[in-house]
Amino acid sequence: MEKRVTFDNRLLPYLLLTPQLLVTIVFFFWPAAQALYQSLLLPDPFGLGARFVWFSNFEYLFGDSYYLQSFITTAVFSFFVTLASMSFALLFAVLADQVIKGEGAYKTLLIWPYAVAPAVAGVMWLFMFQPSIGVLAFYMKKAGIHWDPLLNGTHAMTLVVAAAAWKQISYNFLFFLAGLQAIPKSLIEAAAIDGAGRWHRFRTIIFPLLSPTTFFLLVVNIVYAFFETFGIIHTMTLGGPGQSTTILVYKVYADGFVGQDLGSSAAQSVILMVVVGLLTVIQFRYIERRVHY
Amino acid sequence: MATISLRDVRKNYGNTEVIHGVSLDVADGEFIVIVGPSGCGKSTLLRMVAGLERITGGTIEIGGRVVNELEPRERDIAMVFQNYALYPHMSVFDNMAYGLKIAGKSKAEIRERVDKAATMLQLEPYLARKPRALSGGQRQRVAMGRALVRDPSAFLFDEPLSNLDAKLRVQMRLEIKQMQQSVGTTSLYVTHDQVEAMTLADRLVVMNAGVAEQIDTPMEVYRKPATTFVAGFIGSPAMNMLRGAANGTGFALDGGGRIAVRADELAGHDRPLLLGVRPEHLVLAGDRDPEFELSVIAVETLGADTLAHGRLAGANGTGDAFVARLPGSARVSAGDRLPLVIEPGTAHVFDAESGQRL
Repeated sequence: MEKRVTFDNRLLPYLLLTPQLLVTIVFFFWPAAQALYQSLLLPDPFGLGARFVWFSNFEYLFGDSYYLQSFITTAVFSFFVTLASMSFALLFAVLADQVIKGEGAYKTLLIWPYAVAPAVAGVMWLFMFQPSIGVLAFYMKKAGIHWDPLLNGTHAMTLVVAAAAWKQISYNFLFFLAGLQAIPKSLIEAAAIDGAGRWHRFRTIIFPLLSPTTFFLLVVNIVYAFFETFGIIHTMTLGGPGQSTTILVYKVYADGFVGQDLGSSAAQSVILMVVVGLLTVIQFRYIERRVHY
Repeated sequence: MATISLRDVRKNYGNTEVIHGVSLDVADGEFIVIVGPSGCGKSTLLRMVAGLERITGGTIEIGGRVVNELEPRERDIAMVFQNYALYPHMSVFDNMAYGLKIAGKSKAEIRERVDKAATMLQLEPYLARKPRALSGGQRQRVAMGRALVRDPSAFLFDEPLSNLDAKLRVQMRLEIKQMQQSVGTTSLYVTHDQVEAMTLADRLVVMNAGVAEQIDTPMEVYRKPATTFVAGFIGSPAMNMLRGAANGTGFALDGGGRIAVRADELAGHDRPLLLGVRPEHLVLAGDRDPEFELSVIAVETLGADTLAHGRLAGANGTGDAFVARLPGSARVSAGDRLPLVIEPGTAHVFDAESGQRL
């Protein structure tokens, strides 16, 4: 049976919702509406006035090869960040779930990275892999890898993917661990008695039962890779070398605040909103069907 | 099908021993019920047979093969869990077929075996459903079906009925018994419910604090409980225990008062004793000489029976509480003094110190 709280006072429920609604309106709906409006304007070079240009900002963007390239960069970046952070998190969660001694220590250590600010994480990874002074770059060179994220786009991409994924592992780990612990032990035991080995149990029982968690994390991680990785990109590569790590959200910033093309920047952020909205709808529509709740 | 034998099986958690050496021989096709209060180690014992808990000492053999170091899947057993442990993301069919698929059986054989089990358990209409769309009793049947299709050497049941309501429990109890009799597979069944234990078992293992206090047929356990624990655990309401000593022609209670029990039952015992009398072995004296009197404090009317709770007349202060089970037709009310006699040959005498039957 569904339990519902009933309020005697008719106003109270609305009052209780007000803070959250206010925050959403002030920090989301208002700027979103502003962006929508801005995206239809073309400011003059000195920022003194703006002309209403309908959709020419959008038209221009879709003819811009740099912008289209940024889509591909974002797709590659998001795919690898999500894949890496989720699979490592799952691996760690499965291992931590089996640990008996020092359980608390392992969990704490695995959750810690989440407390590091993205920019700080970016700087830290940058130092470690800086070709001339980085500790890890030194060993990579010793191992014969020609490591050069400052000039090599693939190397730069690898580095930002690693940093962004590393940051998100903790978050995913926490959810996967909770998901694993919610699976009744007796199911695993029943499968063991039914003759399933470790890997088979994981594949046929544990992983399917984790699917609600996995699905949730998939949505969260893609949104993370799209938006919240700004700090990492900004501190590590500034979108370079060339355009090789300029993901969409970074391009919004670079074009708007560095390039001072506010109209285009606003148009890009509108497109980004639509893209994320669409991705989420697609995920719920098509992937959720395969999820066993 | 197979025999199971436990030799001085022990289990430690750290330095704490929780199973203190249990030995048991289960014949092929026998239905053994392990019964005891919660925390007595009965589930642990079963899980050791299943291979879900390590065995600290002793040996367990299934079908003449020592299985101490074998994985659960190598032991050829099937287990029914208290919470059923059905795979929630699989249909009833897939739940039952899971083990067979792993064993690499052909599609046709899997179909045939599952269908056979489903027919036996009346589950055919539900094969395509997910467990959450089933009632408690149906889930229980699926769990049994999953054990059944694998045709294992032994069934292990871990309190399989305790999540069901009272009415369903009685029905499923009967079904489990019938199923076990028709397939004839050796079974170990753990429960804390003495009625389940009495009705299902070929033989009972009564466990208390990690020790098997008595292993015998239900009737023998009832008629000749080996210890005061068994005496109190099996039978409802529990057996009355009276502390005292043999005294000439009767039994002198520590709390004062005296029961004129026939001397032959107490002969030769001059140490402190416990006299056990089941409530159902007391009858109103009628025109016989009463052996003692019961001051009734409360009466419970159950229809077929009437339970008279009270204290022995003559016992001072907080003398032992005492229950007599009388026919439903008996007219008793609180405040009465009932003259009672013990049915001949039904009193039990235990050593007051060790609790052992004498």
